Amino acid sequence: MENKIDVGELKLTAKDFASGQDVRWCPGCGDYSILAQVQRSFPEIGVKKEDIAWISGIGCSSRFPYYMNTYGFHSIHGRAPAIATGLKIARPDLSVWVATGDGDLLSIGGNHFIHACRKNIDINIILFNNRIYGLTKGQYSPTSEAGKVTKSSPFGSIDHPFNPASLAIGAEATFVARSFDREPKHLQQMIKRAAAHKGTSFIEVYQNCNIFNDGAFDNLTNKESKEDTVIVLEHNKPMVFGKNKSKGIKLDGFKPVVVDLTDGKYTVDDLWVHDEFDPVSIRAFMLAHMTDSPNLPTPIGIFREVTKSTYNEGVTKQIEYITEKKGKGTLEALLNSGQTWEVE
Amino acid sequence: MSQDKINSKEIQSVKDVTVRFAGDSGDGMQLTGMQFSDTTAIVGNDLSTLPDYPAEIRAPAGTLYGVSGFQLHFSSTEIHTPGDTPDVLVCMNPAALKINMKDLRPGATIIANSDAFDLKSLKQAGYETNPLEDDSLAGYKLFSVPITSLTSEALKESSLSTKEITRSKNFFALGIMYWLFNRPLEPTIEWIKSKFGKIPTIAEANEKVLKAGYYFGDHTEIFTTRYSVAPAQLPKGKYRSINGNEALAMGFVAASQLAGIPLFLGSYPITPASEILHFLSKYKNYGVKTFQAEDEISGITSAIGASFGGSLALTTTSGPGMALKTEAMGLAVMTELPLVIVNIQRGGPSTGLPTKTEQADLLQAVYGRNGEAPIAVIASSTPGDCFDMAIEASRLAVKFMTPVILLSDGYIANGTEPWKIPNIADLPKFNVEYRTEKEGFYPYLRDENLARPWVKPGTPGLEHRIGGLEKADVTGEVSYEGENHEKMVKLRAQKIKNIQNDIPDLKVEYEKEGELLVLGWGGTYGAITEAVSHAREEGMKVSQAHLKYLNPFPINTGEVLKRFKKILIPELNMGQLSKIIKSEFLIQVISQTKIQGLPFKSIEIQAKIAEVLGGGNGK
Repeated sequence: MENKIDVGELKLTAKDFASGQDVRWCPGCGDYSILAQVQRSFPEIGVKKEDIAWISGIGCSSRFPYYMNTYGFHSIHGRAPAIATGLKIARPDLSVWVATGDGDLLSIGGNHFIHACRKNIDINIILFNNRIYGLTKGQYSPTSEAGKVTKSSPFGSIDHPFNPASLAIGAEATFVARSFDREPKHLQQMIKRAAAHKGTSFIEVYQNCNIFNDGAFDNLTNKESKEDTVIVLEHNKPMVFGKNKSKGIKLDGFKPVVVDLTDGKYTVDDLWVHDEFDPVSIRAFMLAHMTDSPNLPTPIGIFREVTKSTYNEGVTKQIEYITEKKGKGTLEALLNSGQTWEVE
Repeated sequence: MSQDKINSKEIQSVKDVTVRFAGDSGDGMQLTGMQFSDTTAIVGNDLSTLPDYPAEIRAPAGTLYGVSGFQLHFSSTEIHTPGDTPDVLVCMNPAALKINMKDLRPGATIIANSDAFDLKSLKQAGYETNPLEDDSLAGYKLFSVPITSLTSEALKESSLSTKEITRSKNFFALGIMYWLFNRPLEPTIEWIKSKFGKIPTIAEANEKVLKAGYYFGDHTEIFTTRYSVAPAQLPKGKYRSINGNEALAMGFVAASQLAGIPLFLGSYPITPASEILHFLSKYKNYGVKTFQAEDEISGITSAIGASFGGSLALTTTSGPGMALKTEAMGLAVMTELPLVIVNIQRGGPSTGLPTKTEQADLLQAVYGRNGEAPIAVIASSTPGDCFDMAIEASRLAVKFMTPVILLSDGYIANGTEPWKIPNIADLPKFNVEYRTEKEGFYPYLRDENLARPWVKPGTPGLEHRIGGLEKADVTGEVSYEGENHEKMVKLRAQKIKNIQNDIPDLKVEYEKEGELLVLGWGGTYGAITEAVSHAREEGMKVSQAHLKYLNPFPINTGEVLKRFKKILIPELNMGQLSKIIKSEFLIQVISQTKIQGLPFKSIEIQAKIAEVLGGGNGK
């Protein structure tokens, strides 16, 4: 974002970002919380609301732009990252956001997603991951766990799911984070960090669909279990979790293992210290894949943030460079370029 | 050889000539043809070209399917086609001879590279005996020239490898042709210098071989006659050579400057449209932004995003890409954003014939979307016309806030002609005004043309949401209400219909009423024009009209058609325009079709005109 201004000058509140349209998600849907956290954090990202555009595809999550009092575009299935890309290239002055779901981004729109990450277009993608197709009434999605019984998989799905954070890291995204609909403060933090990042920002939000996949993330969000099942990543801090911070993650070679900090065998000094800005992506992959093991807690927070030139900047710079070198092109010069001759 | 001997060679003046260069796809025939064309344009002939090459980049040497050809028709009078039957064939190997023999006019000149007619190559081309030696070409003027060995001889002092030396043999053939048709060497020498300036050994070798070819014509006894084609009487002005794709690229830059808004191209490489992406990617200092997308869908949707942001947005493709972009076109219809979609048609369906021309995407352009999704469709008819139609497509898109499909085809995309450089002051101006006024703003409030306002994100107070769901009239909010839907469908249809009031009438050449009208569209213009003109020279009474606007048709179209007893529609498809005309105007038409991946020969249309008129010549 090139036109960042002082937050104090804007004097915006969460209410200023509500469009006034009736929100039509099912009562109890996790999307309400994501909307609320975006509206709460946006007054602090330092962008005027007319300079913000929300782009979405198709699905429950993609209704999001209608509820934001910014510019918005509810497009077609899977294509939001491509529309956002075109908009950002044409208008680098705008803050461009994509609201999308697991079917929209990772199934029909998978190609646009990985290429947006690869090109490092300066857009922000929020994935509402509820691990189910909601708007089409409950088929398994590319993030549904294997064996999932749904209307289209009555005997259990035989697909292996994507790990969205791992996919984003593999596609060279420069900002990859994960959060929960039910962790409002944490989610707000992630949104603000994504807004501040130059390049493609990707936040995977675990979101509960209380109609078709209720409780998918229960053990990660309920008060009784969450301290043991979730680890909050913090930069430059040892990876501690559990009730009374009694456990930690230690690296055993390339393998993260849980260690007990109460039996005197290990201290925090033995633990893996998280580095958000590690230029090498191996540890970020390991964090993303901690969900593969039932014995490891699920990490939330920023997996990786690195600096790389953005595509849109490259476009602008190349135009500036060539224009400086060749001079601003005139139509007259263009039409008369190459070999010409006169007919008398 | 004495000076007298050289001067004794007769120069015969001819009105027009069709030549064809043919060889392996690695023999550089396209380059040779282009060089001959450029030089021919510079000496003032009118000309038209037809490159015809296989989809394989380097097919195995000597095969029939690997033959690449470049045909060029040049004349001292105005011409419109690349010629029906070549007068001269330059063939670099037996396969090229085999493939092209059937097209030659009786008595045509054949210049063959005799070095390439070895046993293996002859067999590969299916010859049992050597046609250069067995008298089978007795009806032709055959010149057997050992081009490969003469090239090696010319470069015997050179440090180049044998492979590199052999590769420059096309310049020897070009040199012979320059001598034969009395053309200057300088333009090609200039070109060689600019192209190979950084590798002087190659530049020198090519120049040397070109000159060797020229002097070979001069000094040997085999050629007794040279030909000259006087400059054509073209309208006064400054000219350049242009092909359809370059004309499109320049047309869109012009449109962007005339409208005063930035140009954005989202595109995925596809034959035969990639060249537009190449050209526009060079025009950085014109402020053009090009995005080589990850796929065809991203090509169009990134353009829709740029249009939402206030750019003159463009996507370029060919048939298979059009199919992939279909859903997004519907989105542009629903969101009523300006967008130009260029389709350089090629043979279909599916991957079809990537390098061959066809006009079979007309129905797809006019009708091929889900729901009632009207889009303006226009078509360019010649390489030069591509420039004007690019501007026109852009003008209509921003004025009516609509996607516009611009149809071109492989033939005019790659075909070259001399183009009179337009005077910039004569180009149409069109102002774009983005809405900034807050008072009374609604995203779907329409102007007198039924176009909705164009608001750029960044405009304070006009924040609004658009999308692919049906819109409520005026407010643009999501609406599932039946009566509103019907109203919006009809409004969108009427908006496209309103374009009729903004475009020129369909023009009829020659008699405005009578027995027969030949009605065409797109790239068949040249062949139809020549056919009608020749038919009239033979006393047939026939008129001509060419549709540049296909949806909507010019407002007078129905009335024009009713003034003729018979309507002949030649098309490179199974009769798609015929189908639309019949359903739109409830009249009978005669459909002439050709689906061979090649343009019409004018003689084919002329024969059909004669057939339709019967013995009566239309009188």
